[in-house]
Amino acid sequence: MEAERSAPRHVVLIEDEPQIRRFVRTSLEAEGCAVTEAGTAERGLVEAGTRKPDLIILDLGLPDRDGVEVVRDLRTWSSTPILILSARVDEKDKVVALDAGADDYLTKPFGVAELLARVRALLRRAQLAVTENAQISFGSITVDLARRRVTRSGEDIHLTPIEYRLLTLLIANAGRVLTQRQLLREVWGPSHADDTHYLRVYMTGLRRKLEANPTQPRHLRTETGVGYRLVLES
Amino acid sequence: MSADDTRPDPDALLARIEADAERIRRGKLKVFFGACPGVGKTWAMLNAARTLQAEGREVVVGVAETHGRSETARMLEGLETLPPRLLPYQGRELREFDLDAALRRKPELILVDELAHSNVAGSRHAKRWQDVEELLAAGISVYTTVNVQHLESLNDIVGGITGIQVRETLPDRVFDQADEVALVDLPPDDLLQRMKEGKVYLAQQAERAVHHFFRKGNLIALRELALRRTADRVDLQMREYRSDQSIQSVWQAKERLLVCVGPGAGGDRLVRAAARLAASLHADWIAVYVETPRLQRLSDANRDKILKTLTLARGLGAETATLSGQEDAPTLLAYARGRNVSKLVVGKSLRTGLSRILIAPLSDRLSALAQDVDVYVVGHESEAPPAGEQVVMPLDPDQEPSGGPRHEGYAWALGVCAATTLAAKALPAYLDLANLIMVYLLGVVWIAARYGRGPAVLASVTSVLSFDFFFVPPHLSFTVADTRYLLTFLIMLAVALTISSLAANLRYQARIASYRERRTRAINELGRELAGALLPEQIVESARSHLEGLFQSKVCLLLPDAHDKVHSPSVPLDHGALPLDPAIAQWVYDHQQPAGLGAQSLAGAPMHYLPLKAPMRTRGVLALEPTQKRLLFLPEQTRLLETLAAQIGQALERVHYVEVAQDALIRMESERLRNGLLSALSHDLRTPLTVLAGLADTLPLAGPPLPPAQADIAQTIRTQALHTSLLVDNLLHMARLQNGSIQLKREWQPLEEVVGTALRSLAGPLSRHEVRVRIPDDLPLLEFDAVLMERVFCNLLENAAKYTPPGSVIELEARHAGDRTMITVSDNGPGLPPGKEEHLFEKFTRGQDESAVTGVGLGLAIVRAIVEAHKGMVRAENRTEGGARFTLTLPAGKPPAPPQEV
Repeated sequence: MEAERSAPRHVVLIEDEPQIRRFVRTSLEAEGCAVTEAGTAERGLVEAGTRKPDLIILDLGLPDRDGVEVVRDLRTWSSTPILILSARVDEKDKVVALDAGADDYLTKPFGVAELLARVRALLRRAQLAVTENAQISFGSITVDLARRRVTRSGEDIHLTPIEYRLLTLLIANAGRVLTQRQLLREVWGPSHADDTHYLRVYMTGLRRKLEANPTQPRHLRTETGVGYRLVLES
Repeated sequence: MSADDTRPDPDALLARIEADAERIRRGKLKVFFGACPGVGKTWAMLNAARTLQAEGREVVVGVAETHGRSETARMLEGLETLPPRLLPYQGRELREFDLDAALRRKPELILVDELAHSNVAGSRHAKRWQDVEELLAAGISVYTTVNVQHLESLNDIVGGITGIQVRETLPDRVFDQADEVALVDLPPDDLLQRMKEGKVYLAQQAERAVHHFFRKGNLIALRELALRRTADRVDLQMREYRSDQSIQSVWQAKERLLVCVGPGAGGDRLVRAAARLAASLHADWIAVYVETPRLQRLSDANRDKILKTLTLARGLGAETATLSGQEDAPTLLAYARGRNVSKLVVGKSLRTGLSRILIAPLSDRLSALAQDVDVYVVGHESEAPPAGEQVVMPLDPDQEPSGGPRHEGYAWALGVCAATTLAAKALPAYLDLANLIMVYLLGVVWIAARYGRGPAVLASVTSVLSFDFFFVPPHLSFTVADTRYLLTFLIMLAVALTISSLAANLRYQARIASYRERRTRAINELGRELAGALLPEQIVESARSHLEGLFQSKVCLLLPDAHDKVHSPSVPLDHGALPLDPAIAQWVYDHQQPAGLGAQSLAGAPMHYLPLKAPMRTRGVLALEPTQKRLLFLPEQTRLLETLAAQIGQALERVHYVEVAQDALIRMESERLRNGLLSALSHDLRTPLTVLAGLADTLPLAGPPLPPAQADIAQTIRTQALHTSLLVDNLLHMARLQNGSIQLKREWQPLEEVVGTALRSLAGPLSRHEVRVRIPDDLPLLEFDAVLMERVFCNLLENAAKYTPPGSVIELEARHAGDRTMITVSDNGPGLPPGKEEHLFEKFTRGQDESAVTGVGLGLAIVRAIVEAHKGMVRAENRTEGGARFTLTLPAGKPPAPPQEV
């Protein structure tokens, strides 16, 4: 905590509604973050370029530019995590934004607790990438990436090669939402990008092997109509 | 280039593919073909049908003539037989095949004996083969029987061999287009043996004729004909196969054959011969009639005969045309060259003696004019040449066919002669004989130009006689003193006749030209009016007024309504008397074929019905009641009518699409408005709600910690804001589901995934309930829209949480049952208000009126709308052991193969 306070994490918030900016800022500052606000995409891109933020929060419905375009623009020169805010009109917009390189999304209206949980996960992810961890644990599951072993409370769990590939992909992106398309492309190859039932069958299989209660999963979560996310701790 | 030569013509291939596609939809026709009655066709057909029935196929006997043969009658046992239709005919009741019953019954296969049979008057079609065509078009396969003598093109040959003329004929086209032909063969000796045993049906023919027919020589000849016809078919199939397989073969240009029909006898024979020739050459053929000024003078009866011959040619598969020109041979050749005709067929000249020397036969003139075209000459049966009555038939419909003007012409001829004579008598001083001749000739020219050939000839003769009688000495006598005058008379007569002929021809040409111009003008005028029409009623009105004038007919147009039923949009009062039969009109519309007067189907009707075909579909029916039949059925008039009908059809289609486009525009516009409204609403409501919930959340963070009472208020503001947002969601969902703007994104997926997300999003409301989920591991994948189905489970679970006390048990179970999957959500709470279970799914309905539980009662309505959009069902009931149960039934469908891991 001391270390965090000495080097506050910097968040750029791009959102056109001042009242939303106001409460998001309040919540983030209470969490110890420094917040820079921008009311337009143009302004936001300038801030993101000059402030070198640790996280960008971006509203998809901006008055001057399409949010997805802003994500694409950002991804050409920055790998800073991006959290999308969107109205729940259409799942399609979120998927497009995630496919374009955004890391996670929040649907309006959202609570402060939800927002802070997402922000923390994304900020931690940035750290995780630095500390190349060969062993990952969530719940009672431990995955030894070096030895390709998966254990529950020390007992070996057998995964098929595809299940293992899927799991490692989720681990590498823990905390992020991976779209169905991204997962299918990575695990099965681009020719299977539309065979969503493959993915769903394997995710169900993984849950049955790794989750205590597969119908109410704690770690391998489904984002309906969008994709999947691995939550390391809940 | 050589590669190109072996490649099949793409148009021909396309035509074949289209024909194949058509054939797949159509029923199959199998013909049991025999040389003569008694070979056992009906027996063979029934036998084949029994075999199929034994294989479990659906076979119905439409009509089978057993002719009292017991072995055949036995074959009928065990087969379903349609009762015949009884038609009253001249005081008797005749049994006829019941086409409508067969169409209603719609079996897989129907047996219809004797394809060439002519139906009793009053049936829908004149011929049974037309009934069969309709059955095939309806997708019903047909077995039928045909004797060789019934084939149209062989009809006269068989007649020649056996001496019995068969009236019931079948177009070769029908036979050739049959999918299968099975030859039922019996050697003549066996047939004669069967005849002796009395097993052969002898029609009501005179016994002598029958014996004549069944002579062994005849039987052998008939059998050869049947075998050859079948062999031709096989040969054709072989050739088609070769071209299908692109087996190296000769891709010659398609032959086209032209037969010239004249006014003489033997036209039918000529046409049949041409049909046979065309069939054996596998060529297209055209039958034409060249109308020269000479032929203009034919009687109505002779012209009708030519029309009949042309109709026969059309029935045999020819294209027909009427040409007009000064001379037959050059006109024919010009047309033949234009149509790429390689062979000409003409009848043998009937002329004898002097006229044969004076005018060479057509065949000779043709060969002299064109060395590159083959000319075939077909012989005649010995028959006296027809006595051609020299009566002119007017081409112009406006002119009276005879009477008035004609007699008037002759009267004028005499009058002009008399006037000339009187004038010359009165003024002898100014006129010498040479001038007088000129004055007479002037009269002849005037008569010829005004009244045509007949009066001109009369005027010529009268002029010469008057000249002789009144002016050539001795006066007032026909005797001539000076024999040199005889030469004068001859030359005068010759000049007068030549002038009258030339003038009459000129007049005829002018009339033809004006007639053609009228036709073109009619097409143009109608086209212009139709192009300006914006409403179907305008089209109907202008079409009616034009057609009534052109065809001297009463005209009625029928347009289809939304249910494809045609009716007349506006029947003016004076048209109430039209003998319009809506049933025929409907049939014409459905089958896109002309019917009624002058057509192949329902020819007994007093009106001619024509479908108004347009590129996309038929747009209506045109019905005409002609005052003069010929004005409608002359080939050129028929073509004009068809052209105009196509024009009207296209105009109707254009107007139709204008309407469609306008409708679509309006729909798009309103859709855009509604969607705009929905998204504006959703955005405008959601933003303040987000702010409200967020600010309430940040209240405790903002300053010094809130006292517990305020913290609780902040919490309540937050939950209410979030709840309002859910309500907005539900309202929007309902609105979009109702106007159909939600497109299902159906994907195959496991049920447990969507149940999991629903449970997680309801973790708060469900925190004080016990939830038990039982989904079997082997439940097949289901096809649904994940987002919408999540909403279904959210609404059901939220309902259960809301209407049951804390601590209640909520169960979610799924099981697979045959072609559906049942999912139940049940609780052990107070249950549903009894008797109101169905009512709950209506909008804005709540279980407990005005209760403390919040909500507007949209949840279950949305559940039902979503489930029904997935072709499923939802039911609510009370469990016997207490509590409510909601059951969803979703179709199982065919899940895709599960992924295989390699």
